[in-house]
Amino acid sequence: MVNVTFGFHDGTEQKIDAEVGWKLMECAVNESVPGIYGDCGGEAQCATCHVYVRPEWQQATGERTPAEEAMLKATYGVTEQSRLCCQIVVSDEIDGLVVDVVND
Amino acid sequence: MTISVPIPSRGLTPEQAAARQKIYDLPLHELNPGDPQAFADQEMWWKFERLRNEDPVHFTSEEHSNHGNYWSLTKWEDIVAADTDPDTFSAMAGITLADQRALAHAATRAAGLDRRAVSAEGVELSPEEAATTTTVTPPEAPSGITSLLSMDPPEHDIHRGAVADGVSPSTLRELEPIIRQRAGAILDGLPIGEEFDWVDLVSKELTAMTLATLFDYPQEHRRQLTWWSDVVTMFPGPDQPVKTFEEKDEIMAEFRSTLLRLFQERGSQEARKDFISLLAHSPHSKDFTLGELLGDGVVLLVGGNDTTRNTITGSVYALNKWPEQFEKLRANPSLIPSMVSETVRWQSPLTHMMRVAKKDVVLGGKQIRKGDRVALWFVSGNRDEAKVENPNEYIIDRKNPRQHLSFGFGIHRCLGNRLAELQLRIIWEEMLARFPEIKVVGEPVFSNNNFVKGYESMQVIIPRRA
Repeated sequence: MVNVTFGFHDGTEQKIDAEVGWKLMECAVNESVPGIYGDCGGEAQCATCHVYVRPEWQQATGERTPAEEAMLKATYGVTEQSRLCCQIVVSDEIDGLVVDVVND
Repeated sequence: MTISVPIPSRGLTPEQAAARQKIYDLPLHELNPGDPQAFADQEMWWKFERLRNEDPVHFTSEEHSNHGNYWSLTKWEDIVAADTDPDTFSAMAGITLADQRALAHAATRAAGLDRRAVSAEGVELSPEEAATTTTVTPPEAPSGITSLLSMDPPEHDIHRGAVADGVSPSTLRELEPIIRQRAGAILDGLPIGEEFDWVDLVSKELTAMTLATLFDYPQEHRRQLTWWSDVVTMFPGPDQPVKTFEEKDEIMAEFRSTLLRLFQERGSQEARKDFISLLAHSPHSKDFTLGELLGDGVVLLVGGNDTTRNTITGSVYALNKWPEQFEKLRANPSLIPSMVSETVRWQSPLTHMMRVAKKDVVLGGKQIRKGDRVALWFVSGNRDEAKVENPNEYIIDRKNPRQHLSFGFGIHRCLGNRLAELQLRIIWEEMLARFPEIKVVGEPVFSNNNFVKGYESMQVIIPRRA
């Protein structure tokens, strides 16, 4: 288990325990993190799990996948830090990760 | 004979059973899922039920349809496979199954909308000129509308990118109190103890107000937007509000010239966040053709119009058909978001979207050829037992209610889905606070339309206020 924090636009946060090997989206949905959905089941086909990764964590979370890039072109509020968190697989490298929820 | 939604678990009426049998007696190759009448009569269910079981990837020939040759995908898995593979299944297919008579009509008119459109410097066509030109019909736009919904990448991405922020989270946060105030005013104005048409007084009213805000259109003329949008998806006929193609063309011309005038005005003003201003100020708009610009405006309008409205109506209808679900909701209003998603699934406000094969492909064991048109029947996939448990039952707290096809998947996935969910949640919060009972009287009139799955009217009575 690793620690991941989800930040919201009003400044509040929710810390969750995330299971290594799971998709971050799945962990968030499991813990009912507001504004994170997995409508397509985690296949980067709905953009309902859109987060901003804090800059200090961008390297550890890795690169966007091709499907993710295509979906991010089709949604709103996209920045350099945008990721679809169904494409982030939980690992020890991201213990302490902080991301911000786009759709809260 | 009153037409009602069939609920198989309760047994079919003699008429419903007879209609079902008639579908099962037909030779399989004659089944034409695209027939609009079947949607008005609530008989399409039997076609999709049979096809999912016997011929999930089904070919209908022009001999048996008014829509030319086309394939139908009826199962969830195949629909998702196609929807998420734009390299194989192109969206340059005209959005909907187009009646061949509508295509023939469009093809006889001259194209006038391929000229360059709004930029900061102005346009080549005046609104008066635009009003006398007619629908463009390039080969990839048989419906006569070229828009982001019928484009592939990279073009699609440019158009979609231009408007996506029109429904951004911050915009929705700003809209929420406005929508709530309007919902409250609409509901407070409803008659008590006497029948009225829910579609007209509630569903159309709330969505029209939201649309007018999204387009920064005068609120006092909001029903004009509703009307134009309804005309876009209407097939003219004696029973329809628009009787002939000529009449439809005139109304569309008026719509287009209004949109064009607004693009020009907004383009020369400072950039704002409504859809028209976003399009007019997009750095790419100088490359947009007039047809594309107007088409984008049309689909954004239609996207937010009948879909949300029919789901509002559908939620009241379904909760009346399943009264124990209504009781469950009243006892636990925290189920509202879940009920909203379940209604979007059950209603399937848009029945299908069209694709065209860019290359030969085998799907469901069938050989689809390059150039073949393929209908993705969301309305059928949403009732696929392989994916949804008890799919014909309306269960507001089912597991994973957000798992449905109604918004599509992939790059064309409904941009306004959160706005739709927001409007539905708010109106229900306000309704539950005000009305202990909302009773549907008789049956609604179901739309005669193979694309928009909705209600022309529905009589309701509210016995008393809380």
